[in-house]
Amino acid sequence: MPSPFILDRSSVTQVMAWVLAALLPGVAAYVWLFGPGILVTLALATVTALAAEAAMLKARGYPAKPFLTDLSAIVTAWLLALSLPALAPWWLIVTGTLFAIVVAKHLYGGLGQNIFNPAMVGYAVLIVSFPVQMTQWSGPLALTETPLTLAQSATVIFGGDVPKTTLDAVTMATPLDALRTGLLQQLTVDEIMTQPIFSQFGGVGFEWLAAAFLLGGLLLWALRIISWQVPLAFLAGIWLAAGFLHFFDAGRFGAPWFHLFAPSVMLGAFFIATDPVSGATTPRGKLIFGFGAGLLTIIIRTWGGYPDGVAFAILLMNLSVPLIDQYTQPRVYGTSGRGKEPPA
Amino acid sequence: MSRKLFKFKGGVHLSEHKAESNARPLHAAPLPGKLVIPLRQHIGNPAKPVVEVGERVLKGQMIGAADGYISAAVHASSSGIVTAIGPAAVPHISGLPDLCITIETDGRDEWIAHAPLDYQAMAAADLRMKLRDMGIAGLGGAVFPSAVKLDPGAAHSCPTLIINGGECEPWITCDDMLMRNRAGEILQGVAVMRHLLGSTEILVGIEDNKPEAIAAMQAAAQSLDFAVEVVAVPAIYPAGGAKQMIETLTGKQVPSGKLSTDIGIQVFNVGTAYALACAVHHGEPLISRLVTVTGHVLRPQNFEVLIGTPMHTLITLAGERDDSTGALMGGPMMGMPMPDLEVPVVKATNCILVKSNALFPPLPKALPCIRCTRCADVCPAELQPQELFRFAKTGDFGRAQEYHLFDCIECGCCSYVCPSHIPLVDFYRYAKSEIWAREKEKRAADLARERHEFREFRLAREKKEKAEKLAAKAQAARTQAGLDQAKRAELPAAPAPELATAPSDADAKKALIAAALARAQAKKAEVAPKNTDHLLPATQREIEEIEARRAKIHELARQPLESEEKKP
Repeated sequence: MPSPFILDRSSVTQVMAWVLAALLPGVAAYVWLFGPGILVTLALATVTALAAEAAMLKARGYPAKPFLTDLSAIVTAWLLALSLPALAPWWLIVTGTLFAIVVAKHLYGGLGQNIFNPAMVGYAVLIVSFPVQMTQWSGPLALTETPLTLAQSATVIFGGDVPKTTLDAVTMATPLDALRTGLLQQLTVDEIMTQPIFSQFGGVGFEWLAAAFLLGGLLLWALRIISWQVPLAFLAGIWLAAGFLHFFDAGRFGAPWFHLFAPSVMLGAFFIATDPVSGATTPRGKLIFGFGAGLLTIIIRTWGGYPDGVAFAILLMNLSVPLIDQYTQPRVYGTSGRGKEPPA
Repeated sequence: MSRKLFKFKGGVHLSEHKAESNARPLHAAPLPGKLVIPLRQHIGNPAKPVVEVGERVLKGQMIGAADGYISAAVHASSSGIVTAIGPAAVPHISGLPDLCITIETDGRDEWIAHAPLDYQAMAAADLRMKLRDMGIAGLGGAVFPSAVKLDPGAAHSCPTLIINGGECEPWITCDDMLMRNRAGEILQGVAVMRHLLGSTEILVGIEDNKPEAIAAMQAAAQSLDFAVEVVAVPAIYPAGGAKQMIETLTGKQVPSGKLSTDIGIQVFNVGTAYALACAVHHGEPLISRLVTVTGHVLRPQNFEVLIGTPMHTLITLAGERDDSTGALMGGPMMGMPMPDLEVPVVKATNCILVKSNALFPPLPKALPCIRCTRCADVCPAELQPQELFRFAKTGDFGRAQEYHLFDCIECGCCSYVCPSHIPLVDFYRYAKSEIWAREKEKRAADLARERHEFREFRLAREKKEKAEKLAAKAQAARTQAGLDQAKRAELPAAPAPELATAPSDADAKKALIAAALARAQAKKAEVAPKNTDHLLPATQREIEEIEARRAKIHELARQPLESEEKKP
C-alpha cells in the first residue's frame, strides 16, 4: 500500500449529507409556506431513487452498500422533488426519478460518470412529456383559504378522490407562469404584477422559499462543499441578462429581482449548477459555466416555450463542460502559459 | 525578522504528531553487530565496491567509490570485517534486493586516519570531488549528490542559498532535533556551501511550529561573520518542499523542467549542511545521521544512527509494541512501507514510523471520482489532479503529460483530501513509470534501428570499397603493364648497348623493387584509412548524421530519469 497513509475525514457520504442538510431550510420553508404536500413528494422520490439505485447497482454488478450509503441518489431525488409541482401525481414523480437514476445516472456509468445532472434530466423529461401535469402547483398558504392537510395532499398525489373544488382552491399558477400568460395576453409587466400572487421581490411565498434555498446555499459555501464561482456567476448571469432586458423595456421584461428570487434560481445556482460531476472543474470554467447557465435561463424564460428555463440552461451548460474545461486550464506551477503546453 | 513571506498555492493542515518524538533528548544508537551498507543510497550511479570479502575495514574507510559525476561514495560506518558483497534487502518501495556490503563489526569502532579540510585553500573542483568521495548527499529525502548541487556551473555563483529546516511531514522531528542540538555545526556547513556557491543571501526557512529550533538557529547565526536570516514560515504541508520553500521565502517559482539554480537559488536540507560540516571540519565522511523513531513504539525519540544499522534495532531501542502493522521510512504523506524491518538505515532514512491500526487505520475503499476538485484546491503544483487521474486511469498518458504530470511532486495532498478516497498519487506514479518504460523501450528501439541502419550502411560501403579496390588493382596492373612495355621499348634507345647490359640488369631490378614498393604503398593507402578518408561528401554527411543521432541516443540513455526534486 503506497503513501499517503493518512486521510482527511471527508467522504462522499459526508459531502452529500451536507447537501441534504443544506436543503432542509428550503424544505422547512416549503412546508411552512405551501403546506406539507412536499413531504409526500420527497418521500416518494427518495424511496423510488433508492430502489432504482439498488436495482441498477445489482444489474451492473456493483456492491450496493457503498453506493447506497453515499446518499447521492437521495440528493438527486430531493433536487428533483423540490423542482416538481407540489401536487404532481405519483406516477410523474416516479417516472422522473426513475429516468434520473436509471438513464441519466447509471446508463452513463453511475456515480461520477454522468454528463448531465440527473435531477435536471428527470425534470426535463417530465416537462417535455407531461406539461399539463407539471403545472399542478399548490399555491402559497397566504393566498389559500382551506389548505390541504398532509393526508389530503397524499390523496391528491396518489390519485385518490378529492373534491375538485378543494383542489381548484389550492392549485394556482406560479409567478413565472402568471408572468408568461400575462405577457402572451399583451399585458405589461406592471399590469401583471398587480395580481395577488406577486409581491415585493417575486411571488408571495416563493420569494421566501428562494431565500431559504439561498440560506442553505450559503451554508454549503461556508463549509467549502461548493465554491463561490458557480452560484455567483449564475446569479450574475440572471441579474445582468434580466436587468439588461428590463432596462430597455420594463413593460415587456420582468425586473431582475423578480427573476432572481424565483426558487428555481436559488436552487439551481447553489444546489444544481454546483453539482461537481456534471459541472466545470476549473476556476474560470466555473465562472463561465455559472454565467452561461444564468444567461440561458433568462433567454429561455423570455423567448422559450416554457415558463422556467433553469433546467434546460443547466443541461445545455453540462454539454459544454468538456469544452469549457479544456480551454480554461489554469496555470501550472512554474509554467508561464495557461493549462496545456502548446503543441510542439 | 520582518521578511515579506509569500504563500504558495494549495497545501493542507495536518495533525503534526511532532511532540511524541521531540520531547526526549537525542541519543546515539549503540553500535550494531552487523552493518549492511547499500551501494545505491543516492540518486545517480551506484557506488562501486572497492573492498573485498574478508578484508578488514576501518570506520570512515571508503568501501564503495563514486562512479561518475552524479554519484557518491559510501563508507564503512564502523570498523570490522567485510563478510559479504552481494544483494541484500534494502529500504526501497520495490522490495527488491540491491547490492550491499555487509560488515561484521569488531566493536573497536576504530577510525581510519582523517583530517579536516582546509576548504578555503582548496580549489573548488577538488573540494567538490572530495565531498563526493566523502559520500555527501542530500539528507532531506532525495539524496542527490551534494557535490553536483554545490557547483554553480556557468553562472559562477548562486546568489541565494536556502537552508531548508521546514520538516513539514507529520511525526518526523530529526531536523528539528538537529537544529536544536547542532545549530552551530549546521551553520559551519552553510559557510562551506556559501564559499562554493558564492551566495550573497542566505536564508534558513523553518516552520513556525519549531520555536526551539528557530531560537537555536538564530542564536547560532549571531556569532557568524556573514549574514544568515533565520525565517519562520507558516506550518502548512508541504511548506518544506524545496519548491514551496523557495516560493514562500522569495515569491519565485522554479520554471517547469528547470532547476532552482536557473533562477539563482540553491536549496539544501539542514542535515546536509551538518554532514558537510562534519566532512570539512573533522574529515568525517557521511556515516551517520539523525533518525526519528516514532509512531507505535513505547518511547518515540531521535537517535544518531550509523548508516547500515538494521531498522529493527532502532525499533527495539525505542520500545517495540505488540500489534504493530509494519513500518514506514519517512512520514505518513510521502513515506514508503518497508518490506521487512531488517533493512538498514540509509542516507535517506529520516524517520522510521511504526504503524498500528489505531494510528493508521486501513484506508477505506475508493469510490469513483465526483470531480469535486478539492484535490485541485490543495495541489501545491497547481495541477488539476482530477484530470490527471482520469488520464492515468484510462491510459491516456500523452494527455497526462500535456497536463503536466511530471510537475507533480507526489506530496500526497490530493489523496489526503479526496472524499472518494482515491489513491491519486499512486495513479500518478503508475502513469509516470509507464511513460518512462515506454520512453526506455522507444530509446532501445531507436538504438536498435540506428545500429541496424549503420550495419546496412557499413555493409554497403564495404561492398562498394571492395569493388573499387578490385577495379583499382586491375587499373594498376594495366598501368604497370603499360609502363613495362614502354620501358622495354625505351631500353634499346639507351646510349651504349655494350654498357647497357650491366646497368640494365641493375636498373631492371631497381625498377622491379620500386614497382613492388609502389604497389605495396598503394595497397596500404587503399586499405588502412578507409573509414574516414577519401569519402564522398554525401557519404561523409550521412555518417556524421548517423553518428550524431547515435550520440544523442547515448546522451538520452545516460540522463537520469528521476527528477532531482527534493522531497518535502
